[in-house]
Amino acid sequence: MSLTVFLILGLASVIFSLLMVFTKNPVHSVIFLILTFFSIAGQYVLLNAQFLAVVHIIVYAGAIMVLFLFVLMLLNLNTDAEPRQSSRWKLGAAIAAGMLLVTLVGALKGGIQLNMPEESNPYVGLAQNLGKSLFTDFVVPFEIAGILFLAAMVGAVLLAKRDVKI
Amino acid sequence: MLDVIKTIPIEYYVYLSSLLFCIGVFGVLIRRNAIVVLMCVELMLNAVNLMLAAFSTYLSDAQGQIMVFFIMVVAAAEAAVGLGILVMIFRNTKTTDIYKLDKLKF
Repeated sequence: MSLTVFLILGLASVIFSLLMVFTKNPVHSVIFLILTFFSIAGQYVLLNAQFLAVVHIIVYAGAIMVLFLFVLMLLNLNTDAEPRQSSRWKLGAAIAAGMLLVTLVGALKGGIQLNMPEESNPYVGLAQNLGKSLFTDFVVPFEIAGILFLAAMVGAVLLAKRDVKI
Repeated sequence: MLDVIKTIPIEYYVYLSSLLFCIGVFGVLIRRNAIVVLMCVELMLNAVNLMLAAFSTYLSDAQGQIMVFFIMVVAAAEAAVGLGILVMIFRNTKTTDIYKLDKLKF
């Protein structure tokens, strides 16, 4: 049962991400990337990380992709104006990505001789557990992430503003 | 849902997230629109997130999922600043083709 769901979601995410890469229209690329994110959120639910799945949908599908869509709309790039790469370049890119895949799988497969526990703790992915960990062990990185967000917000407003005097 | 660590080997998650990462690398290499290149970078970050969450569940350790939250923070900040830079570039050069953006080339 779990294996079937995993295979369906994995196949969906791979197909949607390939469509995202190969489709010509940038708006369709955004839509396919959102579908990929939804299938990855399904994987998180399968992995018993429910809070992570919800945050993933809110942050990625709800915020980041809407930002991409707004920029595409503002720049009026929804037409097929992108010049094509030469097919030799595409072949080279495919070979490079395939070799990276072989290297990654080969390197990571050997590293999984961990002694995994037989039973999984089902409460690891809940908001209570994660919040406790986030506000005790990881409180300094949490505050630094807040400062990073503030800096990114100020920087984005400054960059996108017209005729700013620095 | 609790039998996932008994029925699915961890290798499957390694294969899936490596494949997604390599599709992202392929997209960065073949696309010429800078916005789509940024989207492919988001896909690569998501592949890493999936692997971290899988290992977090299999080892019953919450630290992997905390790491995923920090990666999401960095991805959101990167998207905001990157798109701001792109809007400014488009305003000055009227294009987002990365082959036209070679002013820094020596």
